[in-house]
Amino acid sequence: MAPGPLYCYSSTMIQLKASDVPLYKQIVQQISRLVASERWPAGYRLPSVRGLAEQLVVNHNTVARAYRELERQGVVTSRRGDGVFVADQSHPFARRRGEQQLRGSIERLLDEATQLGMTPRDLVDLVGDHAARREQASRPGTRRRA
Amino acid sequence: MSDPVIEIRELSRRFGSSIALDHIDLCVAEGTVLGLIGPNGAGKTTLIKHILGLLRSEQGSTRVFGLDPVADPEGVLSRIGYVSEERDLPGWMRIRDLYRYTRAFFPNWDDALVTELTERFQLDVGQKVKTLSRGQHVRTALVLALAHRPPLLVLDEPSSGLDPVVRRDVLESIVHTTAQSGSTVLFSSHLLDEVERLSDRLAMIVDGRIVVHDELDGIRQRHWCFAVHYDGPGAPLANVDGVLKSKPGLSPGECEVIGEGDPEELARALTAQGVSVLERRPTTLDEVFLARIDPAHSTQTAAHRTDHAT
Repeated sequence: MAPGPLYCYSSTMIQLKASDVPLYKQIVQQISRLVASERWPAGYRLPSVRGLAEQLVVNHNTVARAYRELERQGVVTSRRGDGVFVADQSHPFARRRGEQQLRGSIERLLDEATQLGMTPRDLVDLVGDHAARREQASRPGTRRRA
Repeated sequence: MSDPVIEIRELSRRFGSSIALDHIDLCVAEGTVLGLIGPNGAGKTTLIKHILGLLRSEQGSTRVFGLDPVADPEGVLSRIGYVSEERDLPGWMRIRDLYRYTRAFFPNWDDALVTELTERFQLDVGQKVKTLSRGQHVRTALVLALAHRPPLLVLDEPSSGLDPVVRRDVLESIVHTTAQSGSTVLFSSHLLDEVERLSDRLAMIVDGRIVVHDELDGIRQRHWCFAVHYDGPGAPLANVDGVLKSKPGLSPGECEVIGEGDPEELARALTAQGVSVLERRPTTLDEVFLARIDPAHSTQTAAHRTDHAT
């Protein structure tokens, strides 16, 4: 049997793909990102479970589970009969949550750096340099990046 | 908990000398969407035919809603919506006539739902079945299957042979209707990504046997992929407890192993064979599936690989 084509069904902002990350987790991660970047600001009403399920072509239980998880993490709040909304992110927990979200990327970055023979200190310096360059690039007078 | 909608016990089936189903045990609880996945010829359709009462259980038993589908076809079939793998609606009929004809069999036929779905699927009821495209054919079959609001929906390869656009459409309709009705669904497919999307649980059938049946997460949490390195001459890893498959890695002496069980125990068992574990990661469902299909043929030792490394 040939493995099937890995087609991606997506809404405009959420993209699911076949990977070792369960679909509900992919939804949680991507919505957290949308919230963190304020593309979905506090008070934003999320699509209904059924609506998003149809849009992403996934079982509605998968979306419901993602929403439950997001609610547990405090990213969204659900108001009975009214829908699910992005929670106020100014809460001190929000920062901790952001840190948690980055943990995976940081771990991977550290692994890669180690493999390349860099120390964590080198990596921190590199990130610092990079941030400084980015800031400089976006300063008035220079061309603003999108 | 209520009784399972489908309850299959020790079901075996032979066709001549070939074994089509081999001691199948399968229970499907109410409201579950079960994806039945397997390579072509693994026994998916044969299993479905038993559920529909088209085949008698020679060995073992099949119960649907607690009934024997062969002894009480009416009691069972009136509660099932079925889309067959074959595109087998009568070609000479117009969709409209087909609706009218099928309606007569089902007391709870829902005209409003038929109208809604016909519109949603953009079907022209005046069209003859033989002029329908594959996608339109499946959609028509879906309307017919859903029109009596069956508590159990059985879909045999609903999306096979469809182009990606129509496939998306058909899958979306399945999501739509199951989300709305909460009915139990059994659908077969040979495409994992679609099973992953649509189902709560997954049953893998290979050579007439169910090799895995669990919630998707349960399957993921039990299967692991290891990258190992042979320090000395290689012993075959295929016989290690829990190992489903091993295949050569990217560099000589390296091997990728898929195993089932507790990751720590698997790692210990591998190390005991004189290899060092370089890395461990969760598997994709695809990897589990491929490892389960004919593992004997895909298993190689790293030593074997080294011979061919150059």
